[in-house]
Amino acid sequence: MGISDLMASDKKESLSASYWGKKAKLLSARASKSGKKYAEWESKVLAPWIGRKPPNVGKIVYTDEDASGIDGEMPGVYPFTRGIYPNMYAGRPWTMRMFSGFGTPEDTNARLKYLLKHGETGLSIAFDEPTLYGVDCDSERAEGEIGKCGVNVTSLKDMEVLFDGIPLDRVSTSMTINAPAIILFSMYIVVAQKRGIKPESLSGTLQADILKEYIAQKEWFYPPEAHLRMIKDMMLYSVGKMPKWNYISVSGYHIREAGSTAAQELAFTLADGFHYVDIGIAAGLDVDDFAPRISFFFDSSMEMFEEIAKFRAARRIWATVMKEKYGAKNPKSLKLRFHAQTSGYTLTWQQPLNNISRTALEALYTVLGGAQSIHTNSYDEALALPTEEAAKVALRTQQIIAEEASVKDVVDPLGGSYYLESLTDRMELEAYEYFDRIGKMGGVLEAIKRGYLQSEIANASYERQMRLEHGEEVMVGVNKYREESERQINTLKVSMAAQRTQRRRLAGVRKSRSTSRVAESLARLRKAMVSDTANLMPYVMDAVSSYATIGEIVKVGRDVYGEWKEPKII
Amino acid sequence: MANGKNPKSSDRPIRVLLAKPAIDGHDRGVYVLARAFRDAGMEVIYPGLLPTPEEIIRIAIDEDVDVIAISLLNGSHVTIFKKVMELLKKNRVQGIAVVGGGIIPDADKPRLEKMGVSGNYGPGTPMSEIIAHIRKRAGEARSKRW
Repeated sequence: MGISDLMASDKKESLSASYWGKKAKLLSARASKSGKKYAEWESKVLAPWIGRKPPNVGKIVYTDEDASGIDGEMPGVYPFTRGIYPNMYAGRPWTMRMFSGFGTPEDTNARLKYLLKHGETGLSIAFDEPTLYGVDCDSERAEGEIGKCGVNVTSLKDMEVLFDGIPLDRVSTSMTINAPAIILFSMYIVVAQKRGIKPESLSGTLQADILKEYIAQKEWFYPPEAHLRMIKDMMLYSVGKMPKWNYISVSGYHIREAGSTAAQELAFTLADGFHYVDIGIAAGLDVDDFAPRISFFFDSSMEMFEEIAKFRAARRIWATVMKEKYGAKNPKSLKLRFHAQTSGYTLTWQQPLNNISRTALEALYTVLGGAQSIHTNSYDEALALPTEEAAKVALRTQQIIAEEASVKDVVDPLGGSYYLESLTDRMELEAYEYFDRIGKMGGVLEAIKRGYLQSEIANASYERQMRLEHGEEVMVGVNKYREESERQINTLKVSMAAQRTQRRRLAGVRKSRSTSRVAESLARLRKAMVSDTANLMPYVMDAVSSYATIGEIVKVGRDVYGEWKEPKII
Repeated sequence: MANGKNPKSSDRPIRVLLAKPAIDGHDRGVYVLARAFRDAGMEVIYPGLLPTPEEIIRIAIDEDVDVIAISLLNGSHVTIFKKVMELLKKNRVQGIAVVGGGIIPDADKPRLEKMGVSGNYGPGTPMSEIIAHIRKRAGEARSKRW
């Protein structure tokens, strides 16, 4: 399938728009019940109690009038609102996966080993901005940014050091790699192969969802169609060879962090997920062959019930649409597995120790919402990348929830709550309304190109900021309970030494590699990129094996596909 | 403006170039600032993501701005703000003020001030404080030019 087919798959989306509309109508009918019981209670009980007519700010108690109920639904059973496994954490606790990376590959390698030693159960790697934007560490553009927001990886050599001494066949690794996903994924496979580990025994997850980059986090090299082709190639490669590999983690985290509401996060993320399903189908795969390995990544913010409802609604929508619209039959295709991270934007720069409480609450919501793996932010992350100490407190927070709070023993303990069920229904409805609007626009890709999703997020973010400015929403220590002088905390500083180390290593690589082998592999890659039909995976693996740098590989792509500038939304 | 009258410097709205010069796409903050500045009656120029320091200076000159507001979140502010200030000097630009913001540790602020980058506001700063500072710096910048 080539780029033109990808465009066609997006057009086809608009033809099926009626599915979304019908669903939205159906759910909206369910939502508009009489509310007689509440009205009666409000006038006969509440009003006399407060001595006046109750203010019109929404219900303060929920009843069987509000919730459709989950009609005796059980966990591990379609549509999985209550959880994708029958026993959930009573069977196995979630994976504690701490996102980490800073400085040089040596620095990060030491941090990974430290976290594993303290009970972390899965790895998650953060790469720095030069790596994520395909800029070599010896480029002038990267000056001052090496290792600042994650670990720097410019060539295969860095990846070898990063995973040195870590048993790749026994840990699962998640990598946040978006735009350069195909390059870093290839490096990971090649590092494993060099150690005699076959791709099929690797397990892990690629945060490679490029659609949410155009929507929210804004890291890309090429126009969307080129990146989507690479996602298709990674999908085809993994489906055949790597049964334990989640080739894409469809991510709402960044959408939320960019300022969206919970309902927008839910809707835009699932819309992206369905787009990847369309790509797989257009590539000629059977939906049940590739859908089981699509995973998700959500934010967990401060508003408890809204967050839990969001997770539950996500599972219900995914299962329903996969079954009804895509005809999936494999139960695994219907189960939405997700990683959750506590919210970064709720952390405050002021009085940073308060962030421990925020993170603990947010992490609890993800557990009550049934996450498969969790990252907890460190209290110092509004200021810098976390110190070892702060990262340990964050990990311990998860361990406290898992082992002291007794929340693992009962599945979906809040299920059946009128309020939560009603919120879950409302989230579900809002998501379908967005799907309908996006479908009518011609699909998610078109909505991105028009800047529609980006504007929706920017509007929501501005509105929240104004509520904060006017004190209608509170952030403790920021717009209420402020302190004039605050005690400073220690923060991690990535020194310029990381840049020097990286540049020195790269100079060595440039000197020792075979220049002609690099040139040949890049020429083959260019040819494959020009062809619509080739799978790029083996060509990129060949290029990284020759120690071609990330910048060199991206340059080939830019020559072939061109660049991309975001649509103006202000 | 009535016909036949010369405009005074204060008649023109303040023009602000809002830029994120690092390799970084986290643009939530700049969008909020852009709208808040506009709501405060300023003209905002936002060139999109990843402008180089060179591009920032060129746009600032071409667009005749009063203030360059640069934002950085990724810890490279010392290196990159310095580059912007050096380029301003090299191009002999006078009458454009530079203000900064983002994730900037207190310890780095005196250094940035000394370079001529003022403000350097962190998260949670009230919008009114930032806007008042931009007005003040824009006034100073104009008095140097006009």
